[in-house]
Amino acid sequence: MHMPLEDTLGLNLLAANQHRADHNRAHFDAWNLLCLNVMSSPGAGKTTLLERSLAALSGRWAMAVLEGDMTTLLDAERLEAVGIPVVPITTGRACHLDAAMVSGGLKLLQQRLDPAGLDVLWVENVGNLVCPAEFAIGEHRKVALLSVTEGDDKPLKYPVMFREADCVLITKVDLLPHLPVDVERIEAHIRQVNPRTAVFRLSASSGAGFDPWHDWLGAQLKAVQTTPALIHA
Amino acid sequence: MTRCLLLSMHEWKQQHAPRVPRVDRVHLQVGSFTCVEPDQLVVTWSDAVKDSWLDGSELVIESVLLVGRCVRCQATYSPDPADGFRSPCCQHPMEEIVSGRELRIRSVAYAFETAAPCPTPTC
Repeated sequence: MHMPLEDTLGLNLLAANQHRADHNRAHFDAWNLLCLNVMSSPGAGKTTLLERSLAALSGRWAMAVLEGDMTTLLDAERLEAVGIPVVPITTGRACHLDAAMVSGGLKLLQQRLDPAGLDVLWVENVGNLVCPAEFAIGEHRKVALLSVTEGDDKPLKYPVMFREADCVLITKVDLLPHLPVDVERIEAHIRQVNPRTAVFRLSASSGAGFDPWHDWLGAQLKAVQTTPALIHA
Repeated sequence: MTRCLLLSMHEWKQQHAPRVPRVDRVHLQVGSFTCVEPDQLVVTWSDAVKDSWLDGSELVIESVLLVGRCVRCQATYSPDPADGFRSPCCQHPMEEIVSGRELRIRSVAYAFETAAPCPTPTC
């Protein structure tokens, strides 16, 4: 006899990923570092942002990068040139990093250094404004980039990404004089879907706007390092 | 997304080990303010579960509408992307989301093909 049964779960569809993400987070907290998940569409300037921020901050903080890309080591090689440890994670056909991939990257990182000596771990996600927004990797903060060349409608077209972001960086603002785009409108659209997020305008080419962004990073690092780590099951 | 759902289902199956449930139906709640396209999930599900312990199971998706609450006047509303997700009452940004972010396995309908093996061989 086959008795029909029904389990009411109320379980997160992404529960398996969330368990891995919680595990990663427990490591980050134990190592007392700030983990950032950096996301954007392809070409918004994630790697260029990292190049400039890593160069500017390497004297203040010990940092490393997990570099996600579908193929090639090109971005990882660019960041290695800054003198920061970089672990590439090639995702193959997957359009985002998930917690298991980051966990694998952490194991490789541990072969090179003791993460407890780090202050900041950057995770550069695969260029995509959709899927990365839903997949937790254990990060403390989500940082989304939007370049002015992408237009002012993207926060409304891809609202989940901008809703999830703790910080949105409007990049390539040095190009504004050459574009028919209103940066005030970009920022207004970001705030319409996420009124609580921090927003900074910057240019990795000129260096404009990096000081407030780095100040924000410093505040997040301080917040993480002074918050007692949660005990994860 | 399908892979994550399969992993979550695998974790659920482990709770019943050593018995293997025969799953008839997986009922999901998917919010409209997520990155999941329900039709695509249904199509990939039927391919992904072929020849697995979930073969033959049906994926039923209940869509959950995006509902916001205006923090100024407390009215609930349906945020519209064309209107910038603002509250129609006060034109306030979408601060509070009441529903629409659900990605939830609501329930699983299943049965056991065989009786559970007795844990104590002497009984």
